[in-house]
Amino acid sequence: MLLIRCPYCEEERPELEFRNAGEAHIARPTNIAAESDDDFEKFFFIRANPKGVIYERWRHIHGCARFFNAVRDTVTDKFVMTYKAGEPKPAKLPGASK
Amino acid sequence: MAKAAKTKAAEASVERRPALAGRTLSAPGVKVEMLAPAERISLRAPQASLAALSKALDVTLPAQPKSSAAKDGRTALWLGPDEWLIIDEAGNDPLADCAKVTALHSAVGISHRNVGISVAGPAAAVTVNSGCPQDLSLEAFPVGAASRTILGKSEIVLLRTAEDSFRVECWRSFSDYVFTLLSEAASDAAN
Amino acid sequence: MNAMFRISGAGRLSQAKTASFTFDDKSYIGIEGDTLASALLANGVHLVGRSFKYHRPRGVLSAGAEEPNALVQIVRDDARKTPNVRATVQELYDGLTAHSQNRWPSLAFDVGAVNDVASPLFSAGFYYKTFMWPKSAWKNLYEPKIRAAAGLGVSPDQPDPDHYASRYAHCEVLVLGGGAAGIAAALAAAETGVRVILADEQAEFGGSLRFESGARIDDQDGYAWAQGAIAKLKAMDNVRVLSRTTAFGYYAQNFVGLVERVSDHLKNPGHDLARERLWQVRAGRVVIATGAIERHMVFANNDRPGVMLASAARTYLNHFGVAVGRNVGVYTANDSAYAAAIDLKKAGVNIAAIVDLRDNPAGPAIDEARALGIEINFGRAVVSAGGKLRVSSMTVQPKNGGGGRTIPVDAILMSAGWTPSVHLFSQSRGKVAFNDETKRFVPGTYAQDCVSVGACNGTDGLDATVDEAYAAGAKAAKEAGGKAGKGAKPKVDAGESWSRGMLGAAPGAGPGTTVKAFVDFQNDVTAKDIRQAVHEGMRSIEHVKRFTTNGMATDQGKTSNMHGLAIAADELGKPIPQVGLTTFRAPYTPVTFGSIVGHARGALFDPTRRTATHGWAASQGAVFEDVGHWKRAWYFPRAGEDMHAAVNRECVTVRKVGGLFDASTLGKIEVVGPDAAKFMELLYTNPWEKLETGRCRYGIMLREDGFIYDDGVVGRLAPDRFHVTTTTGGAPRVMNHMEDYLQTEFPHLNVWLTSITEQWAVIAVQGPKSRDIIAPLVEGIDMSDEAMPHMSVREGKICGVPTRLFRMSFTGERGFEVNVPADYGEAVWEALWAEGQKHGATAYGTETMHVLRAEKGYIIVGQDTDGTVTPNDAGLDWAVGKKKTDFVGIRGLTRPDLVAKGRKQLVGLKTKDPKVVLEEGAQIVTDPKQPIPMKMIGHVTSSYWSENCGRSIALALVAGGRDRMGETLYVPMPNGTIEVEITGMVFVDEKGERLNG
Repeated sequence: MLLIRCPYCEEERPELEFRNAGEAHIARPTNIAAESDDDFEKFFFIRANPKGVIYERWRHIHGCARFFNAVRDTVTDKFVMTYKAGEPKPAKLPGASK
Repeated sequence: MAKAAKTKAAEASVERRPALAGRTLSAPGVKVEMLAPAERISLRAPQASLAALSKALDVTLPAQPKSSAAKDGRTALWLGPDEWLIIDEAGNDPLADCAKVTALHSAVGISHRNVGISVAGPAAAVTVNSGCPQDLSLEAFPVGAASRTILGKSEIVLLRTAEDSFRVECWRSFSDYVFTLLSEAASDAAN
Repeated sequence: MNAMFRISGAGRLSQAKTASFTFDDKSYIGIEGDTLASALLANGVHLVGRSFKYHRPRGVLSAGAEEPNALVQIVRDDARKTPNVRATVQELYDGLTAHSQNRWPSLAFDVGAVNDVASPLFSAGFYYKTFMWPKSAWKNLYEPKIRAAAGLGVSPDQPDPDHYASRYAHCEVLVLGGGAAGIAAALAAAETGVRVILADEQAEFGGSLRFESGARIDDQDGYAWAQGAIAKLKAMDNVRVLSRTTAFGYYAQNFVGLVERVSDHLKNPGHDLARERLWQVRAGRVVIATGAIERHMVFANNDRPGVMLASAARTYLNHFGVAVGRNVGVYTANDSAYAAAIDLKKAGVNIAAIVDLRDNPAGPAIDEARALGIEINFGRAVVSAGGKLRVSSMTVQPKNGGGGRTIPVDAILMSAGWTPSVHLFSQSRGKVAFNDETKRFVPGTYAQDCVSVGACNGTDGLDATVDEAYAAGAKAAKEAGGKAGKGAKPKVDAGESWSRGMLGAAPGAGPGTTVKAFVDFQNDVTAKDIRQAVHEGMRSIEHVKRFTTNGMATDQGKTSNMHGLAIAADELGKPIPQVGLTTFRAPYTPVTFGSIVGHARGALFDPTRRTATHGWAASQGAVFEDVGHWKRAWYFPRAGEDMHAAVNRECVTVRKVGGLFDASTLGKIEVVGPDAAKFMELLYTNPWEKLETGRCRYGIMLREDGFIYDDGVVGRLAPDRFHVTTTTGGAPRVMNHMEDYLQTEFPHLNVWLTSITEQWAVIAVQGPKSRDIIAPLVEGIDMSDEAMPHMSVREGKICGVPTRLFRMSFTGERGFEVNVPADYGEAVWEALWAEGQKHGATAYGTETMHVLRAEKGYIIVGQDTDGTVTPNDAGLDWAVGKKKTDFVGIRGLTRPDLVAKGRKQLVGLKTKDPKVVLEEGAQIVTDPKQPIPMKMIGHVTSSYWSENCGRSIALALVAGGRDRMGETLYVPMPNGTIEVEITGMVFVDEKGERLNG
């Protein structure tokens, strides 16, 4: 069972309290009704599913109930960092070289 | 400062039948028992409203994660950055108290949604840890610590009321599961 | 009376405390503290089992968890028959009953041993190659026969009457292994004040100090020091000492699974005690002190009972006071077996000879053996063991060949060297490194916050081990927040040290030989099998392993992996690290299902949720059905009624008079805040801004792809407050869906969501008399049609308690849903029931609810929809706000496929024969005479007998359904084809007049 740092609870908590919520930083278009079929497909259906660093959403559903973002390595299954929902994608990851 | 006058909870004319009323289990080192009904609200509010709400409730809404504040039988548990569980065991009605507040907030009555279970005794933490994956040492989860978390396959809210005593809150229909799990765990906890 | 092979004065057990036991129905006497293995050996019993494939007689190889041979069935009673218990681990208790396995009719005479004679047929890859043809024989002949022959022991055939406990635990330092290294590490860590857990799989701590007679620490015998140190640790508040506890799995972020065997060693455990306890430990730092496991020598017939590891014989002597033979041979490739020979010799056991593969070894152990007058043969090999049910001799030859001689023995002690136990380190995803000089894999690169110390780290010698472990324990504690310790490091006065040895087949079992020199005892894999795998093209050790099954038995190759690897490497002509080591996986030793399941059995398998009126319904004889976690009243049979009769009566009574139904399980969400209506506009297809306070609306929720996700009636309690209902099954996911959008897409909205599902008990009162039933109990609400029309909500009181009273209908009749605080639910139900009785109303369950709503064509999301149905498909286009510019799903609805012609649409179906009730899920075709596979154009989603209509009714999703009104279609079933006609979805009161009837 992983430990995941909740940016709202400000501590690591057991994975059982969390739920994964898919890829992060995919914003719903403000005028979604006007999206083309292609753009809607990209927005709704297409996901990166990378090997390595992934930006994803988690919800501390059985804790503070907040959605937040996490950077995780899909190879090692290690969390690189977590940050609050709405915050921008981190420009630089901790431990990463420039 | 004058104490805010709390509103008394209303009384009913038909029989109230709380879930598992009166159920207790004693095991070496720990006792598990259903707590009496209490008044409860789920309170949601932005930072700007906290002062007004704290005043109306006559208890300071805690801002620290995993913490609580208590005064005169009323406890405010931090559940999330804009969410508190208010439990009033003194027969006063926090919903009515919040109704007077004009500052932005949402107060929803959940007195009957939750039940409270007391787990008390030297083996209380071990009992709760049978299904709760959090670190319940006094360093990590001191007296007054409060958190929504997991107990086995049920969600609970956990409040440490004393060094060797917890209040476990769960939804009404999960009470049988939660009480039974705590009972089984209690029987093993002193070993 | 002491057993024959118990040596008085030897060992640590009190020989006065005897325990009687039976093995294969024969009674024996052991003593308290024995394992079953030591007790059997004390009685001269070496033959304890038959091997898996060849049914060869097998004895006790080891004195610990690595045991591959001595697997027995322990029987407590009819329900407690545990197979594959390692006799070397099972502690003796008075009255223990054990049986040997895998033999018939008896252990000494086993018919299955014909496999041994026929062994050329059963070599590696046998199954893959043999049972290929004909195909049909696999199912009818091969598989049943193989299954019957496979497996050891007999599975229990009754539910497990024991119970199992589990708990989560946290500590700063977790020490795995309680030998000298583990104890030293735990002492150092404990002194800093941090929380320490020390676990060891044995009943007593000490590890190899149990047999190392030469060890002295802090001026005491090593084992005595260990007991003193454990007593000290147990007395500390910050330390938890767990014996009989195996660390079986090392998971991410220092999460380690331990199983504590709580009562398997007790005569009468009593029901209060769990059989096992699962510990799920989260540790700041982990110190791995799991020691090393001795390897056997790979030579012909090395599996004969009486052939065992040298350290095992030493343990049986020095700890249990048992001599494993009277005339013992020793075969070794390193020094450690000398110590066994010396200890046995000193205890009065004759050592027939030591056979040492090495040419000219020197050292104190050899000098001492020589001084004791033991015959030592350097540069020689034991090429075969004689005897069958018990070893009777060993044949010794110069290792490079030449004349041999046969020496009579009744036991052979062997040691090929020691393999560091890197299992847990490897499970932690650490990478092992091969030390070419000492020919062993040791921890290389660490992946987690852990450290290996002592023998498992390749550290030789007690002094170096204690030094390393103590320092590591102190460092781990400090890193995890401990203060500087005040204690003193244990001082090692004397210790034993050995390393080296050999890997692979010994002389006489090498290339070109076909003798049965076992590498893996439990899976009957010989050196020849490994070589054959290489000859047949296996190159990777992972393939060799799977082809031969080497290391794949329940002992997971603890004694065999390194030998197997070396033989494969030799055959491939590659260095060992290039061939690679197989992956170590959890569990380290077998773990019972019971300990994994823990408390989660019976009532605790999953929560069972009951509504406030459950007790009343049960008292009325209701039959319940499971709906998710909920128990819901299904129907209320009266005397003599079957389900059909009860449902028919309930359906008719509701339409004629009225009925009470518990709708409490429907999800309920209170949406509060100044932006509540805006939020509702975004989450539902319907318009909400203009819904007046006190009115209700049926809402549809879509996913972004345009498909129906949920539905429910929503009441507006105030401009900034909505009472939203969801489906029963959808409640949690709808809440999550709404929170997701609110928190991440529309965080600017000032609105909050609270689940109130369980705050309110909901009593639906439906039927023409519904208002008459409720009205007498209500205060403060005008229930007239003018004041409270269909689809409205009022707050007031019923029976003196607060209510949210909805006027709404899921039956098509005049109807209400009475929401009251849950603890009052049953009392209010009883009051309503009393009123209802006056009118002849009925209580009804979910089945009647389903029939009544189907009669009106009301859909159930998840039954009539399946995640690919749009509002238009379901005939609910009217509920989509045409002027709205945004809501979740608005774009999805215009996707090309969703607006294409010929989509499946929800329609009604009437069977031509009104008495025939269709099966839900049945497929629909246009032409029943078309060849199979037929083109299916839809399926039945709901189907019931409707007593109110006097016929069957059904709903179905049919391609282009609404353009097929009146068309005849066909439902092919196994018993014939059913003719159906497409109709509208409303079967009762098409105009909807009864809502105000």
